[in-house]
Amino acid sequence: MNFVKSVAAAVVASCLAVPAMAQAPVKIGFITTLSGPGGYLGADARDAFQLAIDLGGGKLGGTPVQLVVEDDALKPGQGKEITERFMKNEKIKLFTGIIFSNVLAAVAPEVIDNDGVYVSLNAAPSNFAGKECNPNYFVVSWQNDTLHESAGQNATNLGFKKAFVLAPNYQAGKDAIAGFKRFFKGEIAGEIYTRLDQTDFAPEMAQIRAANPDVVFQFHPGGVGIAFARQYQQAGLLGTIPMVVAAPSLDSVILKAVGDAAQGVYVSSHWNADFDNASNKQFVAEFQKKYNRLPTAYAAQGYDAALAIGAALKGTGGKIDDLKAFRTAMLKADFASVRGAFKFGNNQHPVQDWYALRVEKGADGQLALVTKSKVLTNRSDFYAKDCKL
Amino acid sequence: MALLIEQSLNGIQLGFMLFLLAAGLTLIFGIMGVINLAQGSLFMVGAYAAAVVATQTGSYVLAAIAGLAAAAIIGMAMEYLVIRRLYARDHLDQVLATFGLILFFNQMTVILFGRQPLFVRIPPLLDGSVHIVAGVYYPLYRLVIIGVGLLTALGLYILISRTRIGMLIRAGATNREMVRALGVDIRLLYTIVFGLGAMLAGLAGIMTGPISAVQVGMGEQVLILTFVVIVIGGVGSIRGAFVGALIVGIVDTLLRAFLPTLLRHMMASGSEADALAGGISAMGVYLLMAIVLLVRPKGLLPANG
Amino acid sequence: MAETAPNPTQRSKPKNVRSRLLLAQLLVILVVLPYLANLIGQPALTSLATRIIILAIAAASLNLIMGYAGLASFGHAAWYGIGAYVVGILYRHSVSGDPLFGLPLGADQLLITLPAAIIVAGLFAAVFGALALRTSGVQFIMITLAFAQMIFFFFVALKAYGGDDGLIIRRRNALPFLDTRDGLTFYWICLTVAVVWYAILSRIVGSRFGRVLEGIRQSERRMAAMGVRTYGYKLVACIISGMGAGLAGALMANHMRFVSPDMMHWTQSGEFMFMVILGGSGTLLGPAFGAAGLIGLESLLAAWTENWQVILGPLLVLAILFTRGGLSGLARMIRGGARG
Repeated sequence: MNFVKSVAAAVVASCLAVPAMAQAPVKIGFITTLSGPGGYLGADARDAFQLAIDLGGGKLGGTPVQLVVEDDALKPGQGKEITERFMKNEKIKLFTGIIFSNVLAAVAPEVIDNDGVYVSLNAAPSNFAGKECNPNYFVVSWQNDTLHESAGQNATNLGFKKAFVLAPNYQAGKDAIAGFKRFFKGEIAGEIYTRLDQTDFAPEMAQIRAANPDVVFQFHPGGVGIAFARQYQQAGLLGTIPMVVAAPSLDSVILKAVGDAAQGVYVSSHWNADFDNASNKQFVAEFQKKYNRLPTAYAAQGYDAALAIGAALKGTGGKIDDLKAFRTAMLKADFASVRGAFKFGNNQHPVQDWYALRVEKGADGQLALVTKSKVLTNRSDFYAKDCKL
Repeated sequence: MALLIEQSLNGIQLGFMLFLLAAGLTLIFGIMGVINLAQGSLFMVGAYAAAVVATQTGSYVLAAIAGLAAAAIIGMAMEYLVIRRLYARDHLDQVLATFGLILFFNQMTVILFGRQPLFVRIPPLLDGSVHIVAGVYYPLYRLVIIGVGLLTALGLYILISRTRIGMLIRAGATNREMVRALGVDIRLLYTIVFGLGAMLAGLAGIMTGPISAVQVGMGEQVLILTFVVIVIGGVGSIRGAFVGALIVGIVDTLLRAFLPTLLRHMMASGSEADALAGGISAMGVYLLMAIVLLVRPKGLLPANG
Repeated sequence: MAETAPNPTQRSKPKNVRSRLLLAQLLVILVVLPYLANLIGQPALTSLATRIIILAIAAASLNLIMGYAGLASFGHAAWYGIGAYVVGILYRHSVSGDPLFGLPLGADQLLITLPAAIIVAGLFAAVFGALALRTSGVQFIMITLAFAQMIFFFFVALKAYGGDDGLIIRRRNALPFLDTRDGLTFYWICLTVAVVWYAILSRIVGSRFGRVLEGIRQSERRMAAMGVRTYGYKLVACIISGMGAGLAGALMANHMRFVSPDMMHWTQSGEFMFMVILGGSGTLLGPAFGAAGLIGLESLLAAWTENWQVILGPLLVLAILFTRGGLSGLARMIRGGARG
């Protein structure tokens, strides 16, 4: 009897296994920004995502996957066009990769309205975190505001009383300042919205000096951030007024380009290369081995997104046809995040810890971001309360 | 008061930076009648070459030479291969062909140097601040930029009005056929002038490297502002570019510096005033250009002829 | 273009027949295209074609002032973007129910939003055109660029409507009896609008008004000497052109279901100019071919390699250098070569 049962079980199992083995790889549409000044962000995320697949031997969560990458050139229209082509021609249902929120705003509705799934590894604008949250939309990185809330909390913790804040005059910049103010308990000595294409900050430096604050908070990601940090040092402010920033304004790439001008800057982040957990150690070592450079937070998010998708695929046996099942599996977040603790909140955005880092010179004389303490614990985001999922 | 002095200095410094960029563009336009959008790419070439050489050799003199040489050589190659065929075409064809060149140069830079921005240090000799008047410290490097801008302006003036090659340049701009009939190799002359214009862009790139980011697309960020400068000054006129650059630099800086405070006095909500001020100052230079063009359609100091 | 100008009466007939034939061929291709796309397993081609058709409307409008009247506007994307924002803003208010300018405005009906977009874009074009037309030549290129940049920065800073992140339009504007959410239906709508718009442009170009524009391009001084008030003609052309761009923007907002300041960036204006030049400026169908050529090439190359710009850039340079009169010129060259 037992024998019959086990034979039957074996037969059933093999029947199930055969189609699983013959199954074509699950295609993942990876739309990201590779050209232009923001291109290194997309390249980092893509490389890390690919690394996770390679480490799994071409599989994520035991399911063979195929990554289909295409450059959106930071044009929302182009992103949408690629999405449609991927969905209709290549029958791709699973999407990720977008770095910039304006591209995401064009692509995400296209994906989720046509029964696809979007897993964001970076951009996370507020509307999708609040009122317009969606069961088929997941974010593995953070919500835009939370980044800067952590910087605000960090500044409060460090005991600063008077802050001067600067950000570019566009939505993400305004969100940054709003986020910072939400958690900063002191007084705001001055507030400047810089221009989107600005590279010279001399007038702003003069104003900062005139206002004489305890601390400066600024949000200038990418190349503009390099210019800002460098001119901050050249204006002689670095030694006198401390600077607090969130992770995107000072990643390892910017750090390298800024050089000594970054020493002593306070950074807050959800991830850092020196995090002491097995998953992160493996990730940092393998990334450096394969690409011969330090990973940035964008890379860490890309890697985590791959792991999260892998965990979901494992939960559904490699299927994404049943969106409910996929969602249930995804929300378990059953993977070893390089950030340590990680879970999804009610709006399917992360609930995670934020840390204070500082730029210091290591034993080898190289500048590095060093983790100091925890700033926020199990922080969800400001908009989660508006989400009715 | 100290703030006003410092901000005015900032304005003048930005003006000289813009002049370095605009001089090459307007020289090429004034003499050959070509609108070269790829001037921004030459700016990038200069910055990259200098950054790479500085990192490899540690010598800033070598880096500066490399930056200038790379920009000039690539500029001349560009003239020889593409621009030369555009002299007789309309401005539109020129705009579009050079737009194509921008795409090529940007992506080529990505292929050669990667997407990560490069690091350039300020030469240690030029690092630090100078005490100007009571309470005003100003970064030495920015004073150097003003100096280089002044020298360039002077150099161009002497070159064009006092030397033989300058005479040929002026003659060639007025009547190309006549100069050729006199036995001057006008094609070579044009290639050299284009190389000179490219070198000026390269110089601007080298000077910018240490204060902002050396990265792909850095040329386009400044390109539009440069156009504003030469249009305000009068297209094709170096004097115009000089005046235009200073006006744009000062207006832009002062708007950015003092408009927020001004608006905050007038409006109830501080943060709204800041956002509005940011918006207005972003539009400021374009508004200035529109007004100048409406009053003087050819710019402030148009090139004669 | 200038070479074909003399003796128009003698050459107009065969040319007319040929261009009608070309038009018929083009229409047949466009009608069959969606079915063909499904047949070869590339259904997304329909969406790409929709995008091209919409851009072709904008490019044709630019062609009216650039190709026919010789006014090179480097700010065409501004009107295109304004048209798109009209749709976006009206949609936003129709969903939220908030008043706009204190009035209960807001619409999600294509029959309302399209005309609104055309009118608003036309108004803006009238105001800015009236100012810009005081200059000419390179200065005109630059002043239109300056105006477009001002409008671009305005929308970037416009937090109420999403600023830099843009506005999401969750549902396409509706049309009675038709399901606009269906990609194929929307393709037919855009194609119909495009055909109507091209027909209107064709009438304009063939009219006395069109010939005056042509005359202005060849010699404005001569036209003025003949007693033509050129300023008025140019202004009307600018307004019509702006309206066309607004129409295209409104359709694009519906197609993408998304609007952002990115649509009015100066590179977008550059792309419109490219389409016109690439297709052959001053020809009726040129801009359509130019739009198809540029967007098709971009999509093809981007799908093939991430370094697509390295190839696209030189191709564009070559196109400008060696095909006088763009793609139409190329076609003429090939045909001419075959016959000779």
